[in-house]
Amino acid sequence: MMRFDTLLNTPAEWMRQGHSHGDIVVTSRIRLARNLVDHPFPGWGRKLENETTLRLIQPTVEELPQLQNAFSRHLNKLTTIQKQALVERHLISREHAARAAGSAAVMNQTQSISIMINEEDHLRMQAIQPGLALRESYQMLDEIDTSLEESLEFAFDKQLGYLTACPTNLGTGLRASAMLHLPALMLSDQVNQVIQAVNKIGLAVRGLYGEGTEALGNLFQVSNQTTLGDKEVEIIARLQKVIEQIVNHEKNARQKLLGDSTTMLCDQVGRAFALLRHAHVMPSKEALNLISMVRLGVDLEFFPSDFAVSLESLLMEIQPAHLQIRADRKLPTVERDEMRSQIIRDRLKSLPEPDISKALGSLDEGPPSN
Amino acid sequence: MTCDLCDETASVFLTQIVDGQMQKVNLCEQCAKAKGVTDPTGFALADLLLGLGTEESVSSPAQGTSGEVTADSLALSDGPSVCQACGFTHAQFKKAGRLGCSKCYQIFGSGLESLLKAMHKGTQHIGKVPARHQALLEHHYELDQLKAQLDDAVSREAFEDAARLRDRILGIEAELESLEAAQAAKSPANVRR
Ligand SMILES: [Zn+2]
Ligand SMILES: [Zn+2]
Repeated sequence: MMRFDTLLNTPAEWMRQGHSHGDIVVTSRIRLARNLVDHPFPGWGRKLENETTLRLIQPTVEELPQLQNAFSRHLNKLTTIQKQALVERHLISREHAARAAGSAAVMNQTQSISIMINEEDHLRMQAIQPGLALRESYQMLDEIDTSLEESLEFAFDKQLGYLTACPTNLGTGLRASAMLHLPALMLSDQVNQVIQAVNKIGLAVRGLYGEGTEALGNLFQVSNQTTLGDKEVEIIARLQKVIEQIVNHEKNARQKLLGDSTTMLCDQVGRAFALLRHAHVMPSKEALNLISMVRLGVDLEFFPSDFAVSLESLLMEIQPAHLQIRADRKLPTVERDEMRSQIIRDRLKSLPEPDISKALGSLDEGPPSN
Repeated sequence: MTCDLCDETASVFLTQIVDGQMQKVNLCEQCAKAKGVTDPTGFALADLLLGLGTEESVSSPAQGTSGEVTADSLALSDGPSVCQACGFTHAQFKKAGRLGCSKCYQIFGSGLESLLKAMHKGTQHIGKVPARHQALLEHHYELDQLKAQLDDAVSREAFEDAARLRDRILGIEAELESLEAAQAAKSPANVRR
Protein backbone atom coordinates (compact mmCIF):
# COMPACT_ATOMS: atom_id res chain seq x y z
CA MET A 1 0.00 0.00 0.00
CA MET A 2 1.52 3.29 -1.12
CA ARG A 3 2.19 5.76 1.67
CA PHE A 4 0.79 9.27 1.42
CA ASP A 5 4.29 10.74 1.68
CA THR A 6 5.49 8.60 -1.20
CA LEU A 7 2.67 9.91 -3.35
CA LEU A 8 3.23 13.52 -2.41
CA ASN A 9 7.00 13.36 -2.79
CA THR A 10 6.60 12.12 -6.34
CA PRO A 11 6.13 15.01 -8.74
CA ALA A 12 3.17 14.32 -11.02
CA GLU A 13 4.00 13.30 -14.57
CA TRP A 14 2.48 16.54 -15.84
CA MET A 15 4.77 18.56 -13.60
CA ARG A 16 7.90 16.96 -15.03
CA GLN A 17 7.50 17.05 -18.79
CA GLY A 18 7.56 19.76 -21.40
CA HIS A 19 5.34 19.27 -24.45
CA SER A 20 4.22 20.90 -27.65
CA HIS A 21 2.16 23.97 -26.74
CA GLY A 22 3.47 23.06 -23.30
CA ASP A 23 4.46 26.63 -22.62
CA ILE A 24 0.83 27.79 -22.90
CA VAL A 25 -1.25 24.65 -22.35
CA VAL A 26 -0.07 23.45 -18.96
CA THR A 27 -2.26 20.36 -18.64
CA SER A 28 -5.09 18.52 -20.34
CA ARG A 29 -7.67 16.73 -18.27
CA ILE A 30 -10.52 14.34 -19.03
CA ARG A 31 -13.12 13.33 -16.52
CA LEU A 32 -15.76 10.62 -16.92
CA ALA A 33 -18.75 10.23 -14.61
CA ARG A 34 -20.30 6.78 -14.11
CA ASN A 35 -22.85 5.29 -11.72
CA LEU A 36 -23.93 1.80 -10.76
CA VAL A 37 -27.48 0.65 -11.46
CA ASP A 38 -29.71 -0.15 -8.50
CA HIS A 39 -27.84 2.00 -5.98
CA PRO A 40 -28.69 5.54 -4.91
CA PHE A 41 -26.27 8.26 -6.03
CA PRO A 42 -23.76 9.14 -3.25
CA GLY A 43 -25.37 12.48 -2.44
CA TRP A 44 -28.69 10.74 -1.72
CA GLY A 45 -27.39 7.41 -0.43
CA ARG A 46 -27.25 6.79 3.29
CA LYS A 47 -23.88 6.06 4.89
CA LEU A 48 -24.43 2.29 4.72
CA GLU A 49 -25.52 2.43 1.10
CA ASN A 50 -22.46 4.45 0.13
CA GLU A 51 -20.24 2.02 1.99
CA THR A 52 -21.84 -0.77 -0.02
CA THR A 53 -21.10 0.87 -3.37
CA LEU A 54 -17.60 1.67 -2.17
CA ARG A 55 -17.05 -2.03 -1.33
CA LEU A 56 -18.19 -2.97 -4.84
CA ILE A 57 -16.16 -0.37 -6.70
CA GLN A 58 -12.86 0.03 -4.87
CA PRO A 59 -11.53 -3.55 -5.32
CA THR A 60 -12.54 -3.51 -8.99
CA VAL A 61 -10.65 -0.27 -9.51
CA GLU A 62 -7.61 -1.57 -7.62
CA GLU A 63 -7.51 -4.62 -9.91
CA LEU A 64 -7.02 -2.46 -13.02
CA PRO A 65 -3.57 -3.00 -14.56
CA GLN A 66 -3.26 0.81 -14.83
CA LEU A 67 -3.66 1.08 -11.07
CA GLN A 68 -1.36 -1.62 -9.79
CA ASN A 69 0.37 -0.56 -6.56
CA ALA A 70 -1.77 2.54 -6.56
CA PHE A 71 -2.40 4.94 -3.73
CA SER A 72 -5.88 3.95 -2.54
CA ARG A 73 -7.55 5.36 0.57
CA HIS A 74 -10.88 5.79 2.21
CA LEU A 75 -11.32 9.51 2.71
CA ASN A 76 -11.93 9.13 6.44
CA LYS A 77 -8.37 7.77 6.66
CA LEU A 78 -6.91 11.05 5.42
CA THR A 79 -6.50 14.29 7.38
CA THR A 80 -8.04 17.54 6.19
CA ILE A 81 -4.61 18.83 5.20
CA GLN A 82 -3.79 15.66 3.28
CA LYS A 83 -7.06 15.92 1.38
CA GLN A 84 -6.34 19.57 0.69
CA ALA A 85 -2.94 18.65 -0.73
CA LEU A 86 -4.66 16.19 -3.11
CA VAL A 87 -6.93 19.04 -4.19
CA GLU A 88 -3.89 21.24 -4.81
CA ARG A 89 -2.46 18.46 -6.99
CA HIS A 90 -5.76 18.36 -8.94
CA LEU A 91 -6.18 14.72 -7.91
CA ILE A 92 -9.51 15.09 -6.12
CA SER A 93 -12.15 17.81 -6.19
CA ARG A 94 -12.95 20.09 -3.28
CA GLU A 95 -16.35 18.42 -3.07
CA HIS A 96 -14.66 15.07 -2.73
CA ALA A 97 -12.28 16.39 -0.08
CA ALA A 98 -15.30 17.40 1.97
CA ARG A 99 -16.44 13.78 2.11
CA ALA A 100 -15.29 11.14 4.56
CA ALA A 101 -16.77 7.70 5.32
CA GLY A 102 -18.17 5.91 2.26
CA SER A 103 -15.85 7.66 -0.20
CA ALA A 104 -12.36 6.85 -1.45
CA ALA A 105 -9.66 8.07 -3.82
CA VAL A 106 -7.43 5.83 -5.94
CA MET A 107 -4.53 7.14 -8.04
CA ASN A 108 -1.32 5.91 -9.65
CA GLN A 109 2.05 7.14 -8.45
CA THR A 110 2.66 9.32 -11.52
CA GLN A 111 -0.75 10.88 -10.85
CA SER A 112 -1.87 10.60 -14.46
CA ILE A 113 -4.95 8.62 -13.41
CA SER A 114 -7.12 9.38 -10.45
CA ILE A 115 -10.42 7.76 -9.52
CA MET A 116 -12.81 9.37 -7.06
CA ILE A 117 -15.28 6.88 -5.62
CA ASN A 118 -18.54 8.30 -4.33
CA GLU A 119 -18.05 11.93 -5.15
CA GLU A 120 -21.24 13.35 -6.65
CA ASP A 121 -21.37 10.21 -8.80
CA HIS A 122 -20.27 6.70 -7.84
CA LEU A 123 -17.26 7.07 -10.11
CA ARG A 124 -15.46 10.16 -11.26
CA MET A 125 -12.44 9.06 -13.26
CA GLN A 126 -9.77 11.51 -14.31
CA ALA A 127 -6.77 11.40 -16.62
CA ILE A 128 -4.34 14.31 -16.61
CA GLN A 129 -1.48 14.85 -19.05
CA PRO A 130 1.02 17.66 -19.64
CA GLY A 131 0.49 19.96 -22.61
CA LEU A 132 -2.30 19.64 -25.13
CA ALA A 133 -3.16 15.93 -24.96
CA LEU A 134 -6.93 15.69 -24.70
CA ARG A 135 -7.25 12.75 -27.10
CA GLU A 136 -4.54 10.74 -25.37
CA SER A 137 -6.08 11.45 -21.99
CA TYR A 138 -9.48 10.34 -23.23
CA GLN A 139 -8.02 7.15 -24.64
CA MET A 140 -6.44 6.31 -21.29
CA LEU A 141 -9.76 6.74 -19.51
CA ASP A 142 -11.81 5.02 -22.19
CA GLU A 143 -9.72 1.88 -21.70
CA ILE A 144 -10.23 2.01 -17.96
CA ASP A 145 -13.95 2.58 -18.37
CA THR A 146 -14.22 -0.38 -20.75
CA SER A 147 -12.41 -2.67 -18.30
CA LEU A 148 -14.55 -1.53 -15.39
CA GLU A 149 -17.84 -2.12 -17.18
CA GLU A 150 -16.97 -5.81 -17.53
CA SER A 151 -17.53 -6.28 -13.82
CA LEU A 152 -19.62 -3.25 -12.86
CA GLU A 153 -22.99 -2.53 -14.41
CA PHE A 154 -23.17 1.16 -15.13
CA ALA A 155 -26.49 2.98 -15.24
CA PHE A 156 -27.16 3.61 -18.92
CA ASP A 157 -30.17 4.65 -20.93
CA LYS A 158 -30.34 4.41 -24.69
CA GLN A 159 -31.62 7.94 -24.96
CA LEU A 160 -29.93 9.72 -22.06
CA GLY A 161 -26.67 7.78 -22.17
CA TYR A 162 -24.76 7.36 -18.92
CA LEU A 163 -27.02 8.42 -16.07
CA THR A 164 -25.51 10.87 -13.60
CA ALA A 165 -26.66 12.51 -10.38
CA CYS A 166 -26.79 15.91 -12.07
CA PRO A 167 -28.52 16.21 -15.46
CA THR A 168 -25.69 18.50 -16.62
CA ASN A 169 -23.43 15.44 -16.94
CA LEU A 170 -25.84 13.08 -18.76
CA GLY A 171 -24.90 11.38 -21.99
CA THR A 172 -21.17 10.96 -22.24
CA GLY A 173 -20.48 12.02 -18.65
CA LEU A 174 -17.40 13.60 -20.18
CA ARG A 175 -15.75 16.78 -19.02
CA ALA A 176 -12.66 17.76 -20.99
CA SER A 177 -10.58 20.68 -19.82
CA ALA A 178 -7.25 22.34 -20.31
CA MET A 179 -5.29 24.62 -18.03
CA LEU A 180 -3.90 27.57 -19.98
CA HIS A 181 -1.24 30.09 -18.99
CA LEU A 182 -2.22 33.41 -20.59
CA PRO A 183 0.03 36.16 -19.20
CA ALA A 184 0.37 38.17 -22.42
CA LEU A 185 -3.39 38.28 -23.07
CA MET A 186 -3.74 39.44 -19.49
CA LEU A 187 -0.99 42.09 -19.74
CA SER A 188 -2.49 43.43 -22.94
CA ASP A 189 -6.04 43.49 -21.52
CA GLN A 190 -7.43 41.06 -24.08
CA VAL A 191 -8.24 38.16 -21.83
CA ASN A 192 -11.84 39.17 -21.12
CA GLN A 193 -12.59 39.39 -24.82
CA VAL A 194 -11.28 35.88 -25.29
CA ILE A 195 -13.26 34.60 -22.32
CA GLN A 196 -16.47 36.14 -23.62
CA ALA A 197 -15.94 34.70 -27.07
CA VAL A 198 -15.32 31.25 -25.66
CA ASN A 199 -18.36 31.51 -23.38
CA LYS A 200 -20.54 32.33 -26.36
CA ILE A 201 -19.77 29.04 -28.04
CA GLY A 202 -20.84 27.06 -25.02
CA LEU A 203 -17.53 26.40 -23.35
CA ALA A 204 -16.75 27.41 -19.78
CA VAL A 205 -13.72 29.46 -18.80
CA ARG A 206 -12.63 30.29 -15.33
CA GLY A 207 -9.59 31.43 -13.44
CA LEU A 208 -7.85 28.47 -11.90
CA TYR A 209 -6.72 29.56 -8.49
CA GLY A 210 -9.61 31.62 -7.33
CA GLU A 211 -8.83 34.24 -4.73
CA GLY A 212 -8.03 37.61 -6.24
CA THR A 213 -10.23 39.62 -8.55
CA GLU A 214 -8.51 38.13 -11.59
CA ALA A 215 -7.27 34.67 -12.36
CA LEU A 216 -4.27 34.16 -10.16
CA GLY A 217 -1.06 33.24 -11.88
CA ASN A 218 -2.80 34.01 -15.19
CA LEU A 219 -4.00 30.43 -15.25
CA PHE A 220 -7.35 29.65 -16.85
CA GLN A 221 -9.35 26.50 -17.26
CA VAL A 222 -11.38 25.94 -20.42
CA SER A 223 -13.88 23.11 -20.51
CA ASN A 224 -16.97 21.80 -22.33
CA GLN A 225 -20.34 22.51 -20.76
CA THR A 226 -22.56 20.11 -22.69
CA THR A 227 -22.25 16.35 -22.43
CA LEU A 228 -25.35 15.01 -24.20
CA GLY A 229 -26.00 14.93 -27.94
CA ASP A 230 -22.41 14.73 -29.11
CA LYS A 231 -19.88 11.97 -29.50
CA GLU A 232 -16.92 12.03 -27.10
CA VAL A 233 -14.47 12.65 -29.94
CA GLU A 234 -16.53 15.59 -31.20
CA ILE A 235 -16.64 17.23 -27.78
CA ILE A 236 -12.88 16.86 -27.54
CA ALA A 237 -12.21 18.03 -31.10
CA ARG A 238 -14.28 21.18 -30.60
CA LEU A 239 -12.52 22.04 -27.36
CA GLN A 240 -9.15 21.29 -28.91
CA LYS A 241 -9.84 23.67 -31.79
CA VAL A 242 -10.79 26.49 -29.43
CA ILE A 243 -7.72 25.89 -27.29
CA GLU A 244 -5.48 26.04 -30.35
CA GLN A 245 -7.03 29.40 -31.21
CA ILE A 246 -6.51 30.76 -27.72
CA VAL A 247 -2.91 29.54 -27.85
CA ASN A 248 -2.43 31.47 -31.09
CA HIS A 249 -3.93 34.61 -29.57
CA GLU A 250 -1.57 34.29 -26.63
CA LYS A 251 1.42 33.72 -28.94
CA ASN A 252 0.55 36.79 -30.96
CA ALA A 253 0.04 38.87 -27.84
CA ARG A 254 3.50 37.80 -26.64
CA GLN A 255 5.13 38.84 -29.90
CA LYS A 256 3.27 42.14 -29.84
CA LEU A 257 4.36 42.87 -26.26
CA LEU A 258 7.91 41.99 -27.12
CA GLY A 259 7.86 44.34 -30.09
CA ASP A 260 5.70 47.23 -28.88
CA SER A 261 6.00 47.15 -25.10
CA THR A 262 9.52 45.84 -24.61
CA THR A 263 10.25 48.01 -21.58
CA MET A 264 7.00 47.14 -19.82
CA LEU A 265 7.55 43.45 -20.46
CA CYS A 266 11.16 43.53 -19.25
CA ASP A 267 10.09 45.51 -16.21
CA GLN A 268 7.40 42.96 -15.29
CA VAL A 269 9.73 40.00 -15.67
CA GLY A 270 12.60 41.80 -13.96
CA ARG A 271 10.49 42.82 -10.97
CA ALA A 272 9.15 39.30 -10.62
CA PHE A 273 12.70 37.96 -10.70
CA ALA A 274 13.92 40.44 -8.11
CA LEU A 275 11.04 39.90 -5.70
CA LEU A 276 11.10 36.12 -5.91
CA ARG A 277 14.87 36.09 -5.42
CA HIS A 278 14.96 38.50 -2.48
CA ALA A 279 11.62 38.77 -0.69
CA HIS A 280 11.31 37.27 2.80
CA VAL A 281 7.51 37.37 3.01
CA MET A 282 5.68 35.92 0.04
CA PRO A 283 1.88 35.67 0.14
CA SER A 284 0.34 32.98 -2.02
CA LYS A 285 -1.38 35.30 -4.50
CA GLU A 286 1.72 37.37 -5.08
CA ALA A 287 3.82 34.27 -5.57
CA LEU A 288 1.48 32.84 -8.19
CA ASN A 289 1.48 36.07 -10.16
CA LEU A 290 5.24 36.59 -9.95
CA ILE A 291 5.98 33.01 -10.92
CA SER A 292 3.68 33.51 -13.90
CA MET A 293 5.92 36.39 -15.04
CA VAL A 294 9.08 34.32 -14.61
CA ARG A 295 7.40 31.48 -16.51
CA LEU A 296 6.64 33.95 -19.31
CA GLY A 297 10.29 34.96 -19.14
CA VAL A 298 11.31 31.32 -19.55
CA ASP A 299 8.94 30.88 -22.50
CA LEU A 300 10.40 34.00 -24.15
CA GLU A 301 13.94 32.74 -23.50
CA PHE A 302 14.84 35.49 -21.03
CA PHE A 303 15.82 32.57 -18.81
CA PRO A 304 17.22 29.10 -19.63
CA SER A 305 14.41 26.77 -20.70
CA ASP A 306 15.13 24.04 -18.12
CA PHE A 307 13.60 26.29 -15.45
CA ALA A 308 10.12 25.69 -16.84
CA VAL A 309 10.01 22.27 -15.21
CA SER A 310 11.17 23.46 -11.79
CA LEU A 311 8.60 26.27 -11.82
CA GLU A 312 5.85 23.67 -12.21
CA SER A 313 6.84 21.77 -9.08
CA LEU A 314 7.61 25.03 -7.28
CA LEU A 315 4.06 26.24 -7.84
CA MET A 316 2.85 23.06 -6.19
CA GLU A 317 5.28 23.08 -3.26
CA ILE A 318 4.32 26.59 -2.15
CA GLN A 319 0.60 25.88 -1.85
CA PRO A 320 -0.80 26.00 1.69
CA ALA A 321 -1.39 22.29 2.32
CA HIS A 322 1.88 21.28 0.70
CA LEU A 323 3.72 23.73 2.97
CA GLN A 324 2.00 22.42 6.07
CA ILE A 325 2.73 18.82 5.21
CA ARG A 326 6.37 19.70 4.70
CA ALA A 327 6.44 21.52 8.06
CA ASP A 328 4.50 18.65 9.61
CA ARG A 329 2.24 21.03 11.51
CA LYS A 330 -0.48 23.60 10.99
CA LEU A 331 1.08 26.92 10.00
CA PRO A 332 -0.50 30.35 10.47
CA THR A 333 -0.50 32.53 7.34
CA VAL A 334 2.46 34.61 8.50
CA GLU A 335 4.64 31.54 8.86
CA ARG A 336 3.43 30.13 5.56
CA ASP A 337 4.38 33.35 3.76
CA GLU A 338 7.83 33.22 5.31
CA MET A 339 8.37 29.55 4.53
CA ARG A 340 7.09 30.08 0.99
CA SER A 341 9.60 32.87 0.35
CA GLN A 342 12.39 30.70 1.68
CA ILE A 343 11.55 27.79 -0.62
CA ILE A 344 11.31 30.12 -3.60
CA ARG A 345 14.61 31.89 -2.84
CA ASP A 346 16.27 28.55 -2.44
CA ARG A 347 14.82 27.10 -5.64
CA LEU A 348 15.60 30.13 -7.80
CA LYS A 349 19.12 30.62 -6.38
CA SER A 350 20.68 29.43 -9.61
CA LEU A 351 18.30 31.35 -11.90
CA PRO A 352 20.46 33.81 -13.85
CA GLU A 353 19.38 37.41 -14.41
CA PRO A 354 16.89 37.87 -17.25
CA ASP A 355 18.59 38.29 -20.61
CA ILE A 356 16.35 39.74 -23.32
CA SER A 357 18.83 39.71 -26.20
CA LYS A 358 17.77 36.28 -27.47
CA ALA A 359 14.10 37.22 -27.41
CA LEU A 360 14.67 40.46 -29.27
CA GLY A 361 16.81 38.56 -31.78
CA SER A 362 13.98 36.17 -32.53
CA LEU A 363 11.70 39.13 -33.10
CA ASP A 364 13.81 40.25 -36.06
CA GLU A 365 13.13 36.92 -37.72
CA GLY A 366 9.42 37.73 -37.73
CA PRO A 367 6.55 36.07 -35.85
CA PRO A 368 6.72 32.33 -35.23
CA SER A 369 4.85 30.17 -37.69
CA ASN A 370 1.94 28.33 -36.14
CA MET B 1 -17.26 42.14 -16.88
CA THR B 2 -18.23 42.84 -13.30
CA CYS B 3 -19.39 40.44 -10.62
CA ASP B 4 -23.16 39.94 -10.37
CA LEU B 5 -23.01 40.28 -6.60
CA CYS B 6 -20.61 43.18 -6.14
CA ASP B 7 -18.63 45.53 -8.38
CA GLU B 8 -15.37 43.64 -8.50
CA THR B 9 -14.07 42.26 -11.79
CA ALA B 10 -15.61 38.87 -12.46
CA SER B 11 -13.30 35.94 -13.05
CA VAL B 12 -15.66 32.99 -12.62
CA PHE B 13 -18.11 32.54 -15.46
CA LEU B 14 -20.92 30.06 -15.29
CA THR B 15 -23.82 29.05 -17.45
CA GLN B 16 -26.40 27.08 -15.58
CA ILE B 17 -29.98 25.95 -15.56
CA VAL B 18 -32.16 26.97 -12.66
CA ASP B 19 -35.80 26.05 -12.66
CA GLY B 20 -35.54 25.53 -16.37
CA GLN B 21 -34.02 28.94 -17.01
CA MET B 22 -30.60 29.15 -18.58
CA GLN B 23 -28.63 31.71 -16.65
CA LYS B 24 -25.22 33.23 -17.04
CA VAL B 25 -23.55 34.19 -13.85
CA ASN B 26 -20.34 36.14 -13.49
CA LEU B 27 -18.67 36.21 -10.12
CA CYS B 28 -15.55 37.68 -8.65
CA GLU B 29 -13.31 35.29 -6.79
CA GLN B 30 -14.43 36.45 -3.35
CA CYS B 31 -18.10 35.99 -4.09
CA ALA B 32 -17.41 32.69 -5.88
CA LYS B 33 -15.63 31.50 -2.79
CA ALA B 34 -18.31 32.79 -0.47
CA LYS B 35 -20.88 30.89 -2.53
CA GLY B 36 -18.76 27.77 -2.49
CA VAL B 37 -17.96 27.77 -6.20
CA THR B 38 -14.61 26.11 -6.34
CA ASP B 39 -14.79 23.65 -9.20
CA PRO B 40 -16.86 24.49 -12.27
CA THR B 41 -17.52 20.83 -12.91
CA GLY B 42 -18.99 19.86 -9.62
CA PHE B 43 -20.73 22.07 -7.12
CA ALA B 44 -24.25 22.69 -6.07
CA LEU B 45 -25.18 25.01 -8.89
CA ALA B 46 -28.81 25.10 -8.11
CA ASP B 47 -28.10 25.92 -4.49
CA LEU B 48 -25.78 28.69 -5.54
CA LEU B 49 -27.93 30.20 -8.21
CA LEU B 50 -31.26 29.92 -6.51
CA GLY B 51 -29.85 32.28 -3.94
CA LEU B 52 -28.68 34.76 -6.53
CA GLY B 53 -31.96 35.95 -7.92
CA THR B 54 -30.58 36.85 -11.34
CA GLU B 55 -33.56 36.83 -13.63
CA GLU B 56 -31.77 37.30 -16.90
CA SER B 57 -32.33 34.33 -19.16
CA VAL B 58 -30.05 33.78 -22.11
CA SER B 59 -30.14 31.62 -25.18
CA SER B 60 -28.70 28.15 -25.08
CA PRO B 61 -25.07 28.36 -26.11
CA ALA B 62 -25.23 24.94 -27.69
CA GLN B 63 -28.11 25.75 -29.98
CA GLY B 64 -27.36 29.36 -30.69
CA THR B 65 -31.08 30.13 -30.74
CA SER B 66 -33.17 31.25 -27.87
CA GLY B 67 -34.42 28.04 -26.35
CA GLU B 68 -36.70 29.64 -23.82
CA VAL B 69 -37.58 27.15 -21.13
CA THR B 70 -39.84 27.92 -18.24
CA ALA B 71 -40.42 26.13 -15.01
CA ASP B 72 -43.95 25.36 -16.18
CA SER B 73 -42.66 23.35 -19.09
CA LEU B 74 -40.92 21.10 -16.61
CA ALA B 75 -44.10 19.20 -16.06
CA LEU B 76 -42.52 17.08 -13.40
CA SER B 77 -45.51 17.39 -11.15
CA ASP B 78 -47.70 15.60 -13.71
CA GLY B 79 -46.04 12.28 -13.00
CA PRO B 80 -45.45 10.51 -9.72
CA SER B 81 -43.62 12.71 -7.26
CA VAL B 82 -41.59 10.00 -5.48
CA CYS B 83 -39.07 7.54 -6.91
CA GLN B 84 -40.12 4.06 -5.77
CA ALA B 85 -36.54 2.82 -5.97
CA CYS B 86 -34.86 5.40 -3.75
CA GLY B 87 -37.52 7.61 -2.18
CA PHE B 88 -36.27 10.78 -3.81
CA THR B 89 -38.96 13.39 -4.39
CA HIS B 90 -39.71 15.86 -7.11
CA ALA B 91 -39.47 18.68 -4.58
CA GLN B 92 -35.95 17.62 -3.66
CA PHE B 93 -34.94 17.64 -7.31
CA LYS B 94 -36.18 21.19 -7.72
CA LYS B 95 -34.19 22.17 -4.68
CA ALA B 96 -30.91 20.37 -5.35
CA GLY B 97 -30.88 20.05 -9.13
CA ARG B 98 -29.73 16.48 -8.69
CA LEU B 99 -31.51 13.15 -8.71
CA GLY B 100 -31.51 10.35 -6.16
CA CYS B 101 -30.69 7.30 -8.30
CA SER B 102 -30.57 6.21 -11.93
CA LYS B 103 -34.19 4.98 -11.74
CA CYS B 104 -35.26 8.54 -10.91
CA TYR B 105 -34.78 9.35 -14.59
CA GLN B 106 -37.59 6.93 -15.45
CA ILE B 107 -39.84 8.50 -12.84
CA PHE B 108 -39.09 12.18 -13.38
CA GLY B 109 -37.63 11.87 -16.88
CA SER B 110 -40.67 12.86 -18.92
CA GLY B 111 -40.46 16.40 -17.61
CA LEU B 112 -36.74 16.69 -18.18
CA GLU B 113 -36.70 16.99 -21.94
CA SER B 114 -37.03 20.76 -22.23
CA LEU B 115 -34.48 21.21 -19.48
CA LEU B 116 -32.06 18.93 -21.32
CA LYS B 117 -32.69 20.72 -24.59
CA ALA B 118 -31.61 24.00 -23.05
CA MET B 119 -28.72 22.42 -21.21
CA HIS B 120 -27.19 20.19 -23.88
CA LYS B 121 -26.39 19.92 -27.54
CA GLY B 122 -29.18 17.40 -28.07
CA THR B 123 -31.45 15.04 -26.17
CA GLN B 124 -30.28 11.79 -27.75
CA HIS B 125 -27.05 10.18 -26.57
CA ILE B 126 -24.83 9.30 -29.54
CA GLY B 127 -21.59 8.59 -27.69
CA LYS B 128 -20.09 5.49 -26.16
CA VAL B 129 -22.37 2.57 -25.32
CA PRO B 130 -21.40 -0.05 -22.72
CA ALA B 131 -20.69 -3.38 -24.41
CA ARG B 132 -23.47 -5.11 -22.49
CA HIS B 133 -25.99 -2.64 -24.00
CA GLN B 134 -24.67 -2.72 -27.54
CA ALA B 135 -26.45 -5.90 -28.76
CA LEU B 136 -29.70 -4.84 -27.12
CA LEU B 137 -29.51 -1.43 -28.71
CA GLU B 138 -28.99 -2.88 -32.16
CA HIS B 139 -32.03 -5.10 -31.76
CA HIS B 140 -34.13 -2.21 -30.52
CA TYR B 141 -33.04 -0.15 -33.48
CA GLU B 142 -33.92 -2.92 -35.94
CA LEU B 143 -37.25 -3.37 -34.22
CA ASP B 144 -38.10 0.31 -34.60
CA GLN B 145 -37.23 0.15 -38.29
CA LEU B 146 -39.35 -2.95 -38.88
CA LYS B 147 -42.31 -1.49 -37.03
CA ALA B 148 -42.20 1.60 -39.20
CA GLN B 149 -42.10 -0.61 -42.30
CA LEU B 150 -45.02 -2.62 -40.95
CA ASP B 151 -47.13 0.52 -40.49
CA ASP B 152 -46.26 1.53 -43.99
CA ALA B 153 -47.15 -1.88 -45.40
CA VAL B 154 -50.49 -1.89 -43.59
CA SER B 155 -51.37 1.56 -44.84
CA ARG B 156 -50.52 0.46 -48.36
CA GLU B 157 -52.67 -2.64 -47.77
CA ALA B 158 -49.68 -4.77 -48.72
CA PHE B 159 -50.76 -7.56 -46.42
CA GLU B 160 -48.26 -10.14 -47.59
CA ASP B 161 -45.40 -7.78 -46.74
CA ALA B 162 -47.10 -6.95 -43.48
CA ALA B 163 -47.35 -10.61 -42.47
CA ARG B 164 -43.69 -11.20 -43.30
CA LEU B 165 -42.66 -8.11 -41.33
CA ARG B 166 -44.80 -9.14 -38.36
CA ASP B 167 -43.07 -12.54 -38.24
CA ARG B 168 -39.65 -10.90 -38.21
CA ILE B 169 -40.77 -8.52 -35.48
CA LEU B 170 -41.99 -11.39 -33.35
CA GLY B 171 -38.68 -13.19 -33.92
CA ILE B 172 -36.62 -10.21 -32.83
CA GLU B 173 -38.84 -9.57 -29.83
CA ALA B 174 -38.30 -13.15 -28.69
CA GLU B 175 -34.57 -12.78 -29.18
CA LEU B 176 -34.57 -9.53 -27.23
CA GLU B 177 -36.42 -11.16 -24.40
CA SER B 178 -33.88 -13.97 -24.12
CA LEU B 179 -30.98 -11.49 -24.37
CA GLU B 180 -32.44 -9.40 -21.58
CA ALA B 181 -33.01 -12.50 -19.47
CA ALA B 182 -29.44 -13.66 -20.10
CA GLN B 183 -28.12 -10.28 -19.05
CA ALA B 184 -30.09 -10.32 -15.84
CA ALA B 185 -28.76 -13.82 -15.10
CA LYS B 186 -25.16 -12.80 -15.77
CA SER B 187 -25.50 -10.59 -12.76
CA PRO B 188 -22.40 -8.42 -12.54
CA ALA B 189 -20.84 -7.64 -9.18
CA ASN B 190 -23.02 -4.69 -8.37
CA VAL B 191 -26.31 -6.46 -8.78
CA ARG B 192 -25.33 -9.12 -6.27
CA ARG B 193 -26.41 -7.86 -2.90
ZN1 LIG C 1 -18.26 39.80 -6.16
ZN1 LIG D 1 -34.55 7.25 -7.48
